[in-house]
Amino acid sequence: MNKPIRTVAIFCLLLFLALALNATYLQYYHASALNDRVGNARVATATFSRERGAIMVGRTAIAESVKTKDRYDYQRVYHKPYMYAPITGWYTYGNETGLERTENGFLSGSDDSLFVNQLVDLVNGNASKGGNVKLTIDPAAQQAAYTGLRALGSDVQGAVVALEPDTGKILAMVSLPTFDPNKLADHDFKAANAYATKLSKNPAEPLLNRAIQTTLAPGSTFKILTAAAAVQHDGLTANSMVPAGPAYTLPQSHSVVHNEVSGCASRITLTVAMMYSCNTAFAPLAVKVGASGMHETATAFGFNRKYFDQLPNQATSLYPAGLDPAGTALSGFGQGSVTASPLQMAMITAGIANHGVVMKPYLVDAEQSPTSLEILRTGSSERLSQATSSSTASEVTKMMVATVQSGTATPAAIPGIQVAGKTGTAQSGLTDKKTGAEVPPYAWFVGFAPAPSPKVAVAVMIQHVDTPTSEIAGGKLGGPIAKAVMEAVLNPHG
Amino acid sequence: MQFVHRRRRGAELFLLVLALIVGVGAYAAVGLGNKGKVPPDIVSYGGWLAALIVVAHITVRLLAPYADPVLLPIVAALNGLGLAEIHRLDLALDHHFAAQQLVWMTIGVALFVATLGILRDHRTLQRFTYTSGLAAIVLLLMPMLPGIGKTVNGARIWIHLGSLSFQPGEVAKVLLVVTFAGYLVLHRDALALAGRRVAMIDLPRGRDLGPILVMWVVSLGILVFQHDLGSSLLFFGLFLIMLYVATERAGWLVVGASLFVVGSYLVYEFIPHVRDRFVLWSDVWAHYGDHTDDKGRQTVETMFGMAWGGLVGRGLGQGAPWRIPFAESDFIFGAIGEELGLTGSLAVILLYGLIVERAFRAALISRDDIGKLMATGLGGAIALQVFVVVGGVTHLIPLTGLTTPFLSYGGSSLVANWVIVAILLRISDSARRPLPDLSLPDDADMDETQVVKLT
Repeated sequence: MNKPIRTVAIFCLLLFLALALNATYLQYYHASALNDRVGNARVATATFSRERGAIMVGRTAIAESVKTKDRYDYQRVYHKPYMYAPITGWYTYGNETGLERTENGFLSGSDDSLFVNQLVDLVNGNASKGGNVKLTIDPAAQQAAYTGLRALGSDVQGAVVALEPDTGKILAMVSLPTFDPNKLADHDFKAANAYATKLSKNPAEPLLNRAIQTTLAPGSTFKILTAAAAVQHDGLTANSMVPAGPAYTLPQSHSVVHNEVSGCASRITLTVAMMYSCNTAFAPLAVKVGASGMHETATAFGFNRKYFDQLPNQATSLYPAGLDPAGTALSGFGQGSVTASPLQMAMITAGIANHGVVMKPYLVDAEQSPTSLEILRTGSSERLSQATSSSTASEVTKMMVATVQSGTATPAAIPGIQVAGKTGTAQSGLTDKKTGAEVPPYAWFVGFAPAPSPKVAVAVMIQHVDTPTSEIAGGKLGGPIAKAVMEAVLNPHG
Repeated sequence: MQFVHRRRRGAELFLLVLALIVGVGAYAAVGLGNKGKVPPDIVSYGGWLAALIVVAHITVRLLAPYADPVLLPIVAALNGLGLAEIHRLDLALDHHFAAQQLVWMTIGVALFVATLGILRDHRTLQRFTYTSGLAAIVLLLMPMLPGIGKTVNGARIWIHLGSLSFQPGEVAKVLLVVTFAGYLVLHRDALALAGRRVAMIDLPRGRDLGPILVMWVVSLGILVFQHDLGSSLLFFGLFLIMLYVATERAGWLVVGASLFVVGSYLVYEFIPHVRDRFVLWSDVWAHYGDHTDDKGRQTVETMFGMAWGGLVGRGLGQGAPWRIPFAESDFIFGAIGEELGLTGSLAVILLYGLIVERAFRAALISRDDIGKLMATGLGGAIALQVFVVVGGVTHLIPLTGLTTPFLSYGGSSLVANWVIVAILLRISDSARRPLPDLSLPDDADMDETQVVKLT
């Protein structure tokens, strides 16, 4: 019987060989594919339990991982949570938003630039740690913007963006209403989910980062672009005489455009038209530049494209191509089909401030190794476009300086410093679904300082505020906030 | 001068010390990995494990001194590793299976001692051919009885008596090997020699097909009525192996394989439970996660765990094997693969391979047919069982419920497997024992003796 016993033994050997090969396949050849599969809770938990890098503003962490005693080892903690929530987003099991998402690779430590750290950690048997991300945010400017916007009331909806004109650094980015990311990152997932549901059901949309995700009619603040286009395309200067007057009939239409303030005589200089925000001057100017010229200049300033990917879901600001003359006329003062985000308006302002050169905005200043604190990657200034010539920009600057000195933008004046600015009060053109009444206008303010060599450009947008419609005006509401932000940047200790 | 096996009991003792180090070390590592400190009961636990191993060793020394020296240490190592992993799952899931399993191991070792003590010659088992066959069938039918039979996870293979639950199939496995061996020893010539040659294959006579057909029907019956795919595969394969070894006719393999194919087709067509298992295996990813029936969770979590373990594992106590439902019983191989990595998986597969190899070695050198048949049957049973369960949990073949010998939590399986080892040691002891000196003393009393013998 020994021969069949040997045959059976060989058969059993093959069975065990098959088991061994299958185990090798699962645990070696196929292992990384299995680890990468969606729904692999082991990998998700391990990632979630890792010590994540901090998000830094200046030398202070606004988001960091703190050791806990629960099963995930580290709890994400946000400092000044309400002020920074639109930037940081939040980090929870299986989901991250804001910078936590866009910088996830580096913060979690899986980024290739951290390869050496990963190797050292592997050899030492340490759990790998993520790198720190340092932001371009100026804490004083951020605080000023947040405090200023909050001061308008408890249910204000709006945003502030401040840029460094010659680099594109984002110095401040505030959006209201906001939320507490600590509650969303809590390891008590049930409570966190309840809070998330409450936030997403809130009609004021607190989870929205209005600075980059909301586009609205920019109103009169858009006139600085119209002025730039007119100077660039039609060779005007700040002192050129332009037609204005109390009323303007749209081309091929019976609709009539009026002005918000008196002071728009039938022929005035471009500077005066800017100072008193004469719609009747800027509408025909835009028509004169033409639909394609306006579209070209708007696109050069950043309309119709995406240029900011350091936070998720940038909304594209629109200046449609091929507008008819009436639409072009309306666009001349930022109405009609033009929509812009606060970031976009800050870009136009910063482009004017930076001699017509628009810089690509960025938020991440540096990425820092978790162990050696060595800077592995720095955010670099990148030119987006030359939107206008340097001389065009200086003509527009003159108009904006005059507007702050003795026009509609006086609330932003800073004693001893030349400030350039422009107000806007944009008709929403919407009706409230519940009441049927017209939705109150949006208040805008853009500006930069000091005018000769600008250090900061700022855009303020107030989408909704609890004041009577007649009181809503860009200068009155937005001017002081813009001023506070500019002062915070210009007088860092003051 | 014929070759004489050495006893090698010293080697066995040395290997047992290694096995004890594996068992107690794993237990300590679980505590260190999971709680950061050695379990507080390490001394009493280690002492108990050591005592069981010493008792088993002394029994072998006294009752089976020539037995194979490798089998017992392998079994001790697997049992210790299983206990540590069950303890690890206890920590995660807050139950107390490890203590229970240690009690079962104690009963297993007691039965091991009893088996070696009572069964002084394995050939006596031939007397119980039909008794044990009947007992096996009764045991297999018991779960079908109302009152004591229970359906657990879709399979009706358990009996419950009061608080005690038992899987009679595990014991039936041992009894069936005894029955098959006893039957085949008597009928091997008829089965082997009478037959026709068709197309180069010796086919057995029609009337000799009886027993294999009965076995086939019994296997299918278990499957149909108890939904126990694993056991029916095991019994059928076991019988086929023993029939082939007894008759030395490859024709039986052809017959058996044909019946297997036909049987597989029939059960696939007519038994939804079996088809479910096959469909699940063919696309397990469609049965995992939200918005699915989630029936593939066990397999997928096992695969995730083994991949997560990688080459060297997460370390005992540091993986997440509690994610696998029933990790402590059928899926313990996945838990070990996660925490000890490919290294651990291959080591465990190798240990099983060694048990089977040692069983076949005893079969090869056994001097009697029933010893050969029983050793082959027991070794083959372990091989098939390990293949079916480990292959099932690692997604090599469709998943069927069987326990992993010596590792899985479960009393019936552990106790039955300790008895199997005792029988294997008994067979190998008699195979390796030097032949008694049969040369007659050349002295004056010889004639008288012969006279006495003549009368």
